[in-house]
Amino acid sequence: MTIKTLTESTLDPAHAIFRETLAAGEPWLKEVKAGQTLRILDLEGNQAVDTLFYSAVDPRERYDAQRTLRRQRSLYLTTGTVLYSNLGNPLLTIIADTCGRHDTLGGACAQESNTVRYALEKRYMHSCRDNYLRACAHDGRLSKRDIGANVNFFMNVPVTASGGLTFEDGISAPGKYVEMRAEMDVIVLISNCPQLNNPCNAYNPTPAELLIWN
Amino acid sequence: MDTLLEENVAGGAHTSLIVKRGQSLRITDLRGGANVSVMLLNAQEKSERLNLPDTLKCQHTAKITAGHCLYSDMGRVLAAVVADTCGWHDTLCGVSNAEEVQQKYGVGRYQELRNAFYRNGTDNLLVEMGKWGLGLPDLLMTLNLFSRVDVTDEGTLSFVADNSTAGDYVELYAPMNTLVILTAVQHPLDPHPEYAPKPIKLTLSAADASVAELCRTSCDENVRGFINTERFFL
Repeated sequence: MTIKTLTESTLDPAHAIFRETLAAGEPWLKEVKAGQTLRILDLEGNQAVDTLFYSAVDPRERYDAQRTLRRQRSLYLTTGTVLYSNLGNPLLTIIADTCGRHDTLGGACAQESNTVRYALEKRYMHSCRDNYLRACAHDGRLSKRDIGANVNFFMNVPVTASGGLTFEDGISAPGKYVEMRAEMDVIVLISNCPQLNNPCNAYNPTPAELLIWN
Repeated sequence: MDTLLEENVAGGAHTSLIVKRGQSLRITDLRGGANVSVMLLNAQEKSERLNLPDTLKCQHTAKITAGHCLYSDMGRVLAAVVADTCGWHDTLCGVSNAEEVQQKYGVGRYQELRNAFYRNGTDNLLVEMGKWGLGLPDLLMTLNLFSRVDVTDEGTLSFVADNSTAGDYVELYAPMNTLVILTAVQHPLDPHPEYAPKPIKLTLSAADASVAELCRTSCDENVRGFINTERFFL
């Protein structure tokens, strides 16, 4: 497996206007303004951070996984990747990445998909979609209908030559981060993934750190 | 199987229909090189929609072919792929919008071209979805039938020409009442320089549930997916 060149950031956390640790299994919803930079940092390693983006002006405009993949002709997200909207506009651009690749095919876990993937009795475990729905219900601008395919930061989901999909052990590690510049005012919706049934979090969900710079 | 409906869909056109529980829809590439972009929804509860990430991860596949199930976000099977002479249907690339189609093929307005005007997958699906009270938030990741996109180890995507030939077909069995929204437009990565979408044929039939056994039993996940689907009708 070849990983693209890693790109470090020059931004100093001491100058961030926002800095917060998001515990494992928690939702987070916040606006990031055009020109601001968002960093998501994997504090303890191998944590999947399931993330969705919406235009803050018109939330019907939102992250489009398929357009993002085909415009860059590449399956993995890393430095230089433009995260496109369903209307074809850039929402954010990834400008630093010390992990090397991020997934956008694997989606977010849900109670219902857990019953299919693992066992019917896994229904009542905590899931990313529960987090999304909780954050959306309180925010008021978004609902189930607005939840589509997300980005899984720090997750490694390679496709094989024969079209197979595999969930590999993460390539992230403590302190790895990804940084993106907002190209318009965006709502960022995160679930810090609580999945305990597969290696996406190394079976041990851990906190992530979120930082914003002007 | 009893044929209930046969219909040809012109290249560039869009349509929709409910495939009722126990029916199957065969989609045939009439001339070869077709691409059909598809969205599926639960006709009874349209907030339940095709979820390609859930579909792919629970079956450990990035392509769709016979034996696979197409899952909703509620862990139910909207359609089972019970036959496929083509072998690979793309899940990665979605549909182009008007701006992307114009960049690729130039201006093709109704004013000059009448019904041969250049249409695009996004607007076609949105128009068809609008007829069911659906809109932009419902246009999720779409399946591109008859198209193949390969992925290298590094992740590079490449369109594979001639994946489908004249007469190739794929058949979707519906274990629940499934609203099928589709449009026959060129794949976004199809390198053909001219706007030339290909026609398809739809064949709706009554089917026996046994046709889906191949899909139901192809992995433990699908056994559970069919249990979830049955429970919706208790």
